[in-house]
Amino acid sequence: MARRDNPEINAGSMADIAFLLLIFFLVTTTMNVDSGISKKLSEKPPADYVPPIIKKKNIFEVNINRNNELLVEGERMDIKSLKDEAVKFIDNGGGIGNPSEDGTPGKECDYCQGERSEASSDHPSKAIISVQSDRGTDYGTYIVVQNELLKAYTELRNRLSRERYGISYDELEQAFIDAKKSADLKSQVDKLRRKVEDIKTAYPQIISDAEPTS
Amino acid sequence: MSKFRKKKKGIPAVNTAALPDIVFMLLFFFMVTTTMRETNLVIENPRLPGATEIKKLEDKSLVSTIYIGKSKDPNRDGVGYNKVQLNDKISSADQVPAFIFSKRDKIAEALHPFMTTSIKADKESNVGTIIDVRLKLRDVNALKINYSTTAATDN
Repeated sequence: MARRDNPEINAGSMADIAFLLLIFFLVTTTMNVDSGISKKLSEKPPADYVPPIIKKKNIFEVNINRNNELLVEGERMDIKSLKDEAVKFIDNGGGIGNPSEDGTPGKECDYCQGERSEASSDHPSKAIISVQSDRGTDYGTYIVVQNELLKAYTELRNRLSRERYGISYDELEQAFIDAKKSADLKSQVDKLRRKVEDIKTAYPQIISDAEPTS
Repeated sequence: MSKFRKKKKGIPAVNTAALPDIVFMLLFFFMVTTTMRETNLVIENPRLPGATEIKKLEDKSLVSTIYIGKSKDPNRDGVGYNKVQLNDKISSADQVPAFIFSKRDKIAEALHPFMTTSIKADKESNVGTIIDVRLKLRDVNALKINYSTTAATDN
């Protein structure tokens, strides 16, 4: 069969050009996605600010000294047990919680599974974790401590979310983010937002940084 | 005629016309995923601590980064892991407010509350330095911060 050949354009050098560009972008690329522990700082208090009086039992004190050792509630502790201690403290539920914004008085923590001991926190909404570190503490240790405390909250939130909604908090949050992005899930956004807020208010993250010792 | 026939029987060259397509595909992938490094590191690349409870930083344009770590040139800047790098040079915590203001100038005012400061500090830096920076950030109401970490596997 006779076939007429089209004269082909020589595309051989096209590859060279593309390779050159490719290598340039390969070299300049940094693939790392910035990620890390997010925190919201408290606003600067006014000069005449008087800090509210908080019961000692509602504060979980974590001290880190300059040798990167931990002192939790007056006792030396290994970093590994910090999370469990924090969970115990937050989830204790020994009393009533803060009154809500619309003025209804605080209720007992009906979802807490702690020991309900008198000597520990009243309610997750009142439980404050205070981290005090030395100026000489290693940043790495500080982050590990923050991470362990966040883990404690994540564990509690996941548990509560599974009980109430059948999925873990991580999945719930992810579903909320996905729903916000996609157009055909619009109807679910509000429902998911309410769920997320519900869990968040049940176990609010209250981690405060005390002034460092020097 | 005989010569012509011979040519036809020879091994045809491999067609490389699709090669540019493949390379271009790769090229576009890298172009899209690339984020150009804006600043040169004056400190050594910080060895970030690892953590599990991490969140991704969503909008790169709203992030300003503060590096803390060891200087690459100890003769000029001194030793120790507590050098603060803002933009392209070693500064101190006192210059943090000016740094934040200069970043804010480039961004619409409505977006200011969403601006995040990412702190990339070396493991061996001292908490004192971080706290100094943090207090300065609080002074200028840059309240969202992110301690940059690597993703560690659960222990």
